[in-house]
Amino acid sequence: MLRRIALWIDDRLHLSKLFDATAGHPIPSSASSWFYVFGSGTLLCFVIQIITGICLAFVYVPSASDAYASLEYLNYKLTLGWLLRAIHYWGSTFMVAIMTAHMAQVFLFGAFKYPRELTWISGVALLFCTLGMAFTGQVLRFDQDAYWGLGIGAAVMGRVPLIGANLVNLMLGGPIIAGGTLSRFYTLHVFVIPGLLIAVVTLHLRLVLTKGINEYPTPGKLVEKGAYDEEYKALLKKEGVPFFPTAASKDLVFAGLVTLGIMFCAVVFGPKGPIGAPDPTLIDTTPRPDFFFLSLFAALALLPDYLETPIILAAPAVLIVILFALPFISGTGEKSVRRRPVAALSVIVVLLALVTLAYLGGNSPWSPHMNAWSGNAVPEKFVKGRSPLELRGAAALQNKQCRNCHSLGGEGGQRGPALDNVAARLTSDQLVRQVIQGGGNMPAYGRNLSPAEVAALVAFMRTLHAPNEMPARDSAVPGPPGAREKPTIK
Amino acid sequence: MAINENVSNRMTHSGRSRRGFLLKLSAALNLLAAALIGVPVIGFLLSSFRRRIRPGSWISLGSLETFPENQTRLATFRNPYTRPWDGTTADIPCWVRRTEGERFQVFAINCTHLGCPVRWFQESRLFMCPCHGGVFYEDGSHAAGPPPRGLYEYKYKVENGHLWIEGGYLPTLAEPT
Repeated sequence: MLRRIALWIDDRLHLSKLFDATAGHPIPSSASSWFYVFGSGTLLCFVIQIITGICLAFVYVPSASDAYASLEYLNYKLTLGWLLRAIHYWGSTFMVAIMTAHMAQVFLFGAFKYPRELTWISGVALLFCTLGMAFTGQVLRFDQDAYWGLGIGAAVMGRVPLIGANLVNLMLGGPIIAGGTLSRFYTLHVFVIPGLLIAVVTLHLRLVLTKGINEYPTPGKLVEKGAYDEEYKALLKKEGVPFFPTAASKDLVFAGLVTLGIMFCAVVFGPKGPIGAPDPTLIDTTPRPDFFFLSLFAALALLPDYLETPIILAAPAVLIVILFALPFISGTGEKSVRRRPVAALSVIVVLLALVTLAYLGGNSPWSPHMNAWSGNAVPEKFVKGRSPLELRGAAALQNKQCRNCHSLGGEGGQRGPALDNVAARLTSDQLVRQVIQGGGNMPAYGRNLSPAEVAALVAFMRTLHAPNEMPARDSAVPGPPGAREKPTIK
Repeated sequence: MAINENVSNRMTHSGRSRRGFLLKLSAALNLLAAALIGVPVIGFLLSSFRRRIRPGSWISLGSLETFPENQTRLATFRNPYTRPWDGTTADIPCWVRRTEGERFQVFAINCTHLGCPVRWFQESRLFMCPCHGGVFYEDGSHAAGPPPRGLYEYKYKVENGHLWIEGGYLPTLAEPT
């Protein structure tokens, strides 16, 4: 009976034919590899994001006045609301990470070469859509980070020549970051970009079916236009296996691990934020983007200012052109990474750069520690046994907020050099000059310090050196060793 | 035979031209319809590309007594262009520096580098930015870090014992206050 129902349904819908044409399509047996699981892993994350996103949309209020409260409601009042938010957040994190792995694998295995150019191009489009989802999603967590993140976006738009002001207005949906801004990012995050993603994923999968999965590359086997299609057909005939179940089982194992990973992080670490109400008058805030954009955030701090606007505006365009043009620049020839040292090196360099920048972005050593001057006292060893003048200097060092940028005993800002050993590097004259005139990325304090304060400050800093180290001295001043300043060893 | 051929030729010809006409008509009709829908839709979507709201709104920051001489204080105002659902996002802060008498400097809160909120430090008389380490002197000029210029300064006037500034939109490099 069941069999008859199944046959009836199949007769009407041709499901078994559909299955043969999709999940049953032949792939080279070499492509049934653990390296090939990242694409389906990314897709799985996307499905999880859709499901949890729809759940969140039942409750979330995309209004500037109420979004924050609805997030708190999700976190603290609604049954399992926190878990849904956590899965959605960690799902996005996993999605970006696995997508990056997929892209690196495809690049290293030469899968973008003839005849899979369009597969690569649609994949690049998916990369930008996913990053778009990450940014708009971060905005929907409408807290202080989201507010000032939008401010950074608007400031970047404002650097575009001629139409900058118009672009800012278009992005914000009004003259300031407010209700109109959230509404448009909500529309982008919930309707526009997911629609694009679904359309392009469909195209991407269609191309995987029409042009086949890339075979595991063999060093020395070159791709030639014309010859490749025949070779691939012969390869499928010789050692083709159906995608399901041979390769699919590996995909499914990975899918299970990914889902477990997302759930583990969601349950253990919980949802992110919201961190602080989106009230711009609460200015004691330290805005930081989500991890996907930390490397960008760091690059913006480290670029020299004269390069900043050109790079901010040109780099995305150059990147897009390079990525889209790649399969046409290097569409044939060697696939194996063992014979493509430049490809291997560029992946290593790009990943290292991204990770290093993201690490720096998380630490932000260039940011002043706003509370160091009042929060981190001068360590005892630096004040013990000092003269009254030097102690006055230590007090001035705190009061004038030097510690916001200069650390002592490992505490304080890292924007400027640590002062633990400053006397060994600079003479009294150099210290006076540096304090009064600034320079080398330090503001000039000449107008804010009395001569007495400068004298005390410098007297204190002259004591900051290791016990076994001489303080720096002006070598232009002649004289026997005794004429030098005496090291103040305590 | 010859006549029949002729007839059938004519028929295919006229049939083809009728079909061709219909195809052209349908294309033209649907292009027109698409334009009728598309133009307002695109116009709607891009309407905020053209900025209708011209700045030039004078906003009171409160009476002069709230700003002591030689001090820099945080002031907040309700942005003049708001929607009912803007909530706290329409409360905009700014830094007011009263040098002497009726001479002021009113700075936007946004760092000129990438828009983060700068904080005032009274003792060192500096503004510091928490994002990328931009620093400004008390008169708003650039002191250190990546910002390409000094702080944005609002136009101000003193009227009826109140301090007024001209504002209403987020200042950026493309459009300083």
